[in-house]
Amino acid sequence: MSISDAMPDPILEMKGISKRFAGVQALKDVSLKLYPAEVIALIGENGAGKSTLMKTLGGVHQPDEGEILINGKPVKITGVKDSIRAGISFIHQELNVLDNLDVAGNVYLGREPLRGPLRLIDTARMAADTQPFLDQLGLNVSSRTPLKNLSLAQQQMVEIAKALSLNSRILIMDEPTSSLTLSETDRLLTVVEDLRSKGVSVIYISHRLGEIKRIADRVIGLRDGRNAGGLSRAEISHDSMIKLMVGRDIDKTHMAHDTSALPVRFSVSGLRTRKYPQKEVEFEIRRGEILGMAGLVGAGRSEAAQAIFGIDSSLAGTFTLDGKKLSIKSASDGIKNGIYLVPEDRRRCGLITDLPIRNNITLPALNRYAVAGLVNGDKERVSAQKASKALNVKTPSVEFLAKNLSGGNQQKVVLAKWLSLEPKLMIFDEPTRGIDVGAKAEIYELMRNLAKEGVAILMISSDMEEVLSLSDRVAVMHEGRVTGILPFDKCSEESIMQFAVGGERPATGDRPQEQGAAAV
Amino acid sequence: MLTNVTTDTTPRLATPPGAPPRLPIKSASKELGIFILLVVLCVVASIKNPNFAHIENVQNLSRTIGLFGIFSLGLGLIIITSGIDLTVGSVFALAGVILSIMLVDKQWNPVLSVVLILGLTMGLGLLHSLLITKIPLQPFIVTLCGLLFYRGLARFIANDETKGFGNAHGFETLQKLATGDVAGVPMPFVILMVFSVIMWVVLHRSVYGRHLYAVGRNEEAARYSGINSQRVIITTYVIAGLLTGFSAILIAFYTNSISPSTHGNSYELYGIAAAVVGGCSLRGGEGSIIGILIGAALIQVLQNLVNLLNIPSSLNFAVMGSVILLGVIADELAKRRAARVK
Repeated sequence: MSISDAMPDPILEMKGISKRFAGVQALKDVSLKLYPAEVIALIGENGAGKSTLMKTLGGVHQPDEGEILINGKPVKITGVKDSIRAGISFIHQELNVLDNLDVAGNVYLGREPLRGPLRLIDTARMAADTQPFLDQLGLNVSSRTPLKNLSLAQQQMVEIAKALSLNSRILIMDEPTSSLTLSETDRLLTVVEDLRSKGVSVIYISHRLGEIKRIADRVIGLRDGRNAGGLSRAEISHDSMIKLMVGRDIDKTHMAHDTSALPVRFSVSGLRTRKYPQKEVEFEIRRGEILGMAGLVGAGRSEAAQAIFGIDSSLAGTFTLDGKKLSIKSASDGIKNGIYLVPEDRRRCGLITDLPIRNNITLPALNRYAVAGLVNGDKERVSAQKASKALNVKTPSVEFLAKNLSGGNQQKVVLAKWLSLEPKLMIFDEPTRGIDVGAKAEIYELMRNLAKEGVAILMISSDMEEVLSLSDRVAVMHEGRVTGILPFDKCSEESIMQFAVGGERPATGDRPQEQGAAAV
Repeated sequence: MLTNVTTDTTPRLATPPGAPPRLPIKSASKELGIFILLVVLCVVASIKNPNFAHIENVQNLSRTIGLFGIFSLGLGLIIITSGIDLTVGSVFALAGVILSIMLVDKQWNPVLSVVLILGLTMGLGLLHSLLITKIPLQPFIVTLCGLLFYRGLARFIANDETKGFGNAHGFETLQKLATGDVAGVPMPFVILMVFSVIMWVVLHRSVYGRHLYAVGRNEEAARYSGINSQRVIITTYVIAGLLTGFSAILIAFYTNSISPSTHGNSYELYGIAAAVVGGCSLRGGEGSIIGILIGAALIQVLQNLVNLLNIPSSLNFAVMGSVILLGVIADELAKRRAARVK
């Protein structure tokens, strides 16, 4: 790397930033420099710590250790106001705009100019002051336009206009293009280049390597909450960035085996979801196979899973289970056919945390313990106890409330709900998120045993190690479609990442890949 | 939804490792608290005015507890779904007017008339729940419109004239359900007890009841367990409609005359108050039949106290409001203390 001594002093320097969350080391000794009029890209896998690092700049999190210097002077950022005062503007992935106000109202939210003895909002001045910023960004709308009349891309421009009006010298953009079309993305990148030429520094978080190649002066990689190195402008390439993100050689305790000879248990084709109505998902899972499903956050994996389970009905799609075509319109259709989902958000969707473990376990199949609609409490309790014991849920009694269990034990309760109902296809969405190592191993073993019994398993996971060590095959999704299916002996972090960012390599999967993915 | 999670570093562990799991909160303690309050009120009342414990007063009191308790049970169920029903009072007026027309003006068969009234109130419950689940609209809005609409309809149908049953003949048995006694116990109270037992089984022992609590507490998780939450909610409003229908008939015979502009006015608030005092949370998923019963009794005892203790009757609502408020505050404080002790 060649950051020469001739460079001006950095406008922002982060030194040795560490942050822990309840036992999770999110950031460890991370350092970063940002020079005036520079665009740096921050890259890393899901959970590498990119957003956490930026949130320490945005005043959302305070670092446990480390120092932040602006123009060489240390600053303490304990809230959003400090951050703005330090000249930082943060454009979050989920936009922070109020669609019940007009454009000017959003730009001046919280610092509206007032007039007259009654201190009323000076809307005329607000509108007049906002307009130049909109014009500068080439946003061809009036500052009086209600925000809800603008497209997502235009709303994002309003946020940038707000940053300009605050005279921010540092702009943080977290996945700004994740919901933009190609031409909108192009427009945004032009704006970023324009801002740079005006002396603004930008930290750009993205998974889209093509964009980074176009605009980044430097790339900084994070891995497991630590610095993973950097790339100078000349070193930036698709492969070098993937290597920087993935990096480590992980210990492959691969439990996978060749499942290509097994009969197909479940297949889906032509599946279109509300999130990606134009894209179709297609894959199949064999009996006793664990199909890992990798991809970046927002690739449409959960949406596909929810459509297969039936909780969100699909726009279109054909589901076949054991050679029989299924019509899945609601979760009860999925359940009737032995298709069960262990959802990603355990506390909101997986469990009713205010109810006892027993009620949670027996909820989907209460009729089994009932005669003439009345629940036989003893029969139910015995069954719940059995299921709880079989999964080694650590609780003195099934009468305890589910909210008092640890994450791992809660996940076991979610599993216990389904395991007594003879699953044919089990879908796990991020099965070990927020779960400690011991419980993780137990859940892996359970999944393996289920597969051994012939259950087909679809495992959505953003944890690369988990995907690699557990999957017999890996399907990779990118923006609403399966871009690649890798057999167990072809799986590697590099090959998965390649497909996850939308890359098209000669198909290494066991079925031919359609060509023509979204351009990166 | 995956969209807004870029890094997963937020803590998700429920309890620190090694901390012992907490015992489930005994929901019975809630009912015990309000039961003690009820007993204290009764004791104070009978000391202050011996007439309170007089057989005649007890009979009158239990009659009104019966009349108000029946629809309170239904309202309680609706509140457990995290819904609300503001139409009850207006439905009483509408049903009362129609009942009087059928029995007195048209001289229809009493059994047929009763069936039609129950069909009407169940149908209204069905209508409300369809609007709430299918469109979907907020229960408060739907039933607020119903409150206005049915009151207006009742006045229109009755030509804004007071309807009644006078000394008409042919349905004395029906009237006895509201005004009669069984071995000294007023019929409405007996009927309330019968409904309470049935509803207790339905709410606390049936599959539907369990689904109701699940949907009220966390509809999302209930749906992920394959429960048809819309059907549960619709069923609840229809059951509540049935109970409202029975109450409507009994209250019509009890008052014996129905002035369409005032009959049943704000009675829904008595039911909501009974359910809330009895431990139902407006957030849903919480409450019990016993609690609602005690709540309904408490509201009627308070009314009775205002009369017996020579408190100006204009203060009636003020007293009721303060006692309910104090009860709810005490409950909330107790809950907070329990949480801190843990």
